Amino acid sequence: MTFFTEIGKYLLMIKNMFSKPENYKMYWREFMHQCSEIGIGSLGIVVIISIFMGAVSTVQTAYQLTSPFLQKYIIAQVVRDTVILEFAPTLVSIVLSGVVGSKIAGELGNMRVSEQIDALEIMGINTKAYLVAPKILAALVVIPMLIILAALLGIWGGKLAGTMSGIISSDEFNKGLFMGFVPYNVFFALSKAYTFAFLISSIPAYYGYYVKGGALEIGRASTKAVVVTCVSVLFADYFLAAILLK
Amino acid sequence: MIEVKNLKKSFGDKPILHDVNVVMKPGLCNLIIGSSGSGKTVFMKCIIGLFQPDSGDILYDGKNFTQMNADQKKEIRKEIGMLFQGSALFSSMTVEENIIFPLDMFTKDTRKEKMNRVNQVLERVNLVGANKKFPAEISGGMMKRVGIARSIVLNPKYLFVDEPNSGLDPQTSGLIDKLIQEITKEYNITTIVNTHDMNSVMEMGDHIIYMYQGNKEWEGNSNDIIFSKNERLNDFIFASEFLRDAKDMRMLEETGKISNDRNMKELTSDDAPELVPAPTDK
Repeated sequence: MTFFTEIGKYLLMIKNMFSKPENYKMYWREFMHQCSEIGIGSLGIVVIISIFMGAVSTVQTAYQLTSPFLQKYIIAQVVRDTVILEFAPTLVSIVLSGVVGSKIAGELGNMRVSEQIDALEIMGINTKAYLVAPKILAALVVIPMLIILAALLGIWGGKLAGTMSGIISSDEFNKGLFMGFVPYNVFFALSKAYTFAFLISSIPAYYGYYVKGGALEIGRASTKAVVVTCVSVLFADYFLAAILLK
Repeated sequence: MIEVKNLKKSFGDKPILHDVNVVMKPGLCNLIIGSSGSGKTVFMKCIIGLFQPDSGDILYDGKNFTQMNADQKKEIRKEIGMLFQGSALFSSMTVEENIIFPLDMFTKDTRKEKMNRVNQVLERVNLVGANKKFPAEISGGMMKRVGIARSIVLNPKYLFVDEPNSGLDPQTSGLIDKLIQEITKEYNITTIVNTHDMNSVMEMGDHIIYMYQGNKEWEGNSNDIIFSKNERLNDFIFASEFLRDAKDMRMLEETGKISNDRNMKELTSDDAPELVPAPTDK
């Protein structure tokens, strides 16, 4: 299948998601279920990654800032901006591409192969609206929250590592944290978060929804979904930076 | 009633169905039979709307399904129940949740009314007490019965059954066939069964359509099959020596004659080994 055919099929899937729900209550229930699956399901890994990414940022920044003319609080500024601009949105999204992406592709792939999607279609349910849309909406709600949490935990992890290893005092870190803060950076991080959330949920949904074959093909679809999502996230990361950070 | 008129379907350059015409009546088990690759699954999927036919009409009680828009098709589909080959139960839901799902989606009944209906259909398929079990915890036969329960919970007018006996032992197969037959008569449903199980054909074949290379090769009922002279049908149905013997014995019973290509000697052979007598009780 050509690249353009796949893109067309993907866009049609997105378009066909928009239809009147057969039952709002059932759709809401599915949406809440997906919020829990994506949010709670990924919380552990996000917490661990965020703390360590902040900690490593502090240690490495301190290692590179060797000049005696530079104030220590600069470390906190560098950590804050690195975490908000890049590490929290991009690194967490790359990890979520694997965690959430493979889950979505696997779940939909299994439903397709075991004819559960056909069963829903025959009941008169728009399966794209019922199965795909709640996942994308849940990701759009939950992933930005996870990214905000990751940013906060990353900065806290940086502070923890800095103070515990004696690189920087708590007061100095706090001073740097609030000095020269650019609120636009948060807007930029959230723009990335929403874009990545859409990619992380919709690309694996596409690969899972249209899988053909058996268990082996579900595995292949999941792998392909994760790879394509990761590459898409990186492309989107560059384009957003080029557009929004002029 | 479902009417299929001049149905054609092909995949790419490969034609699968050629001008098929069939009328399926309510209250009857309409069986689609045929060897693998004969087009019976494609035929069934075209009728349900999972495949779009190239040409032809499919009429559900006179309403042309092929010319309907998505919303109109949705309305027809609410009157359709389907049992899939692998049961297609939602693996993350219990038996009860699987059955209540269509009620939750399409009715505004109270929780109590829905539960009453669930228990009613569970009782109908002899699965009382299995409410809280997950599909992974029940046998293949039970899964089929849950599938039947889910497909009849909204009182459908049309029931589609794809290979109801695959993976089941003969005894359980018989029970599933009987259940489908009973439900068809009880609710006056138009039932369409896709099968190549010969027991099903003989037991529940009120109306049988034999597909051969995408064509409707033969049409009749289970009694007509015995007397059919259609060679392709006979080769397909009575593929084994045992089944040919069974056919001839039945013909002998009914008409005093056996099929032209065999002789009485084969059936009444003295060369057959003697049966070992059963041990007597002391």
